[in-house]
Amino acid sequence: MFGETSGIKVSVFPVFSKSGITQALHHARLIRPGDWLVLVLGLVAVGVLITRFWLGERQGERLLIRQGGAVFLNAPLTHDLSADVSGPLGMTHIELVGRRARVLRDPGPRQLCVHQGWISRAGEAAICLPNQVSIEITGASKQYDSLNY
Amino acid sequence: MTALTIESTADDHRIAQLAALAISLMWLEASLPSPIPGVKPGLANIVILLVLRQYGLATAAWVSGLRVIAGSLLLGSFLTPGFVLSCAGAASSLVVLALVGRFSARWISLVGVSVLAAFAHISAQLAVVSWWMMPGVNVWASSPLFATAAWLGGLVNGVLAEQWLRKVKHVPTA
Repeated sequence: MFGETSGIKVSVFPVFSKSGITQALHHARLIRPGDWLVLVLGLVAVGVLITRFWLGERQGERLLIRQGGAVFLNAPLTHDLSADVSGPLGMTHIELVGRRARVLRDPGPRQLCVHQGWISRAGEAAICLPNQVSIEITGASKQYDSLNY
Repeated sequence: MTALTIESTADDHRIAQLAALAISLMWLEASLPSPIPGVKPGLANIVILLVLRQYGLATAAWVSGLRVIAGSLLLGSFLTPGFVLSCAGAASSLVVLALVGRFSARWISLVGVSVLAAFAHISAQLAVVSWWMMPGVNVWASSPLFATAAWLGGLVNGVLAEQWLRKVKHVPTA
């Protein structure tokens, strides 16, 4: 389908060509009123999420390891440690060194949580979905704690 | 004994061909390294968008469903958590296509439809992980990243699909 179809030349990735997004956006008929609305609202949503989740409390205080929804370990970042958590696929190895934590090894097929590398700030998490293990850094107080007082 | 003959119609052939195209794009994408773990551009959705405009929602739903199931069999992820996420994303996107696809192309092009569907896709996936797969885990901390990727991916796929539609077939506008 891509390439030459009955003599019509169509760029597979117009993004990188001159007739790409920049020109396309200026092409009055491509972007409709509803599209502008969606694009602007989408940007607003992204902005709200960034302020809500990234610009809030950043200082990490504790490491929270969960296995299958239950808390496996909740320890302060001040003391280095390593932990082996067993899940349905095998052992997930986690280490905490110098106020940063990472998943060292995981039996999951795609290794997403391992590739995520070090996490250190409040709210950051690495999730090994296949083995049902997750690590999360929490702050001094979770934001909803203030509601309790 | 009666012989059972299954006759395939032209519609069946078209759906199969389009699904094969979507699966090839999915496969191509899976074989490329992703800059951010778990974030993919979703090129197969270009096909779904074009099918929606050309053949309607029912065909788009067929192609999308076949893409998810046959694609997962090809990639070896059938019935894994990744497959469940794929289903959730595809189903929520189809709901958006059903709702927004009703609006005239005069008011919203495939660009807006694509961005909306991308947001629905990622919202459903985050919701499934947060409520069902890993309850209690703060998956929303990474939501700004996924939302940004959805906005960009949706825009790029939408522009590609809309450009394609216009170059191949001159759809009467306004």
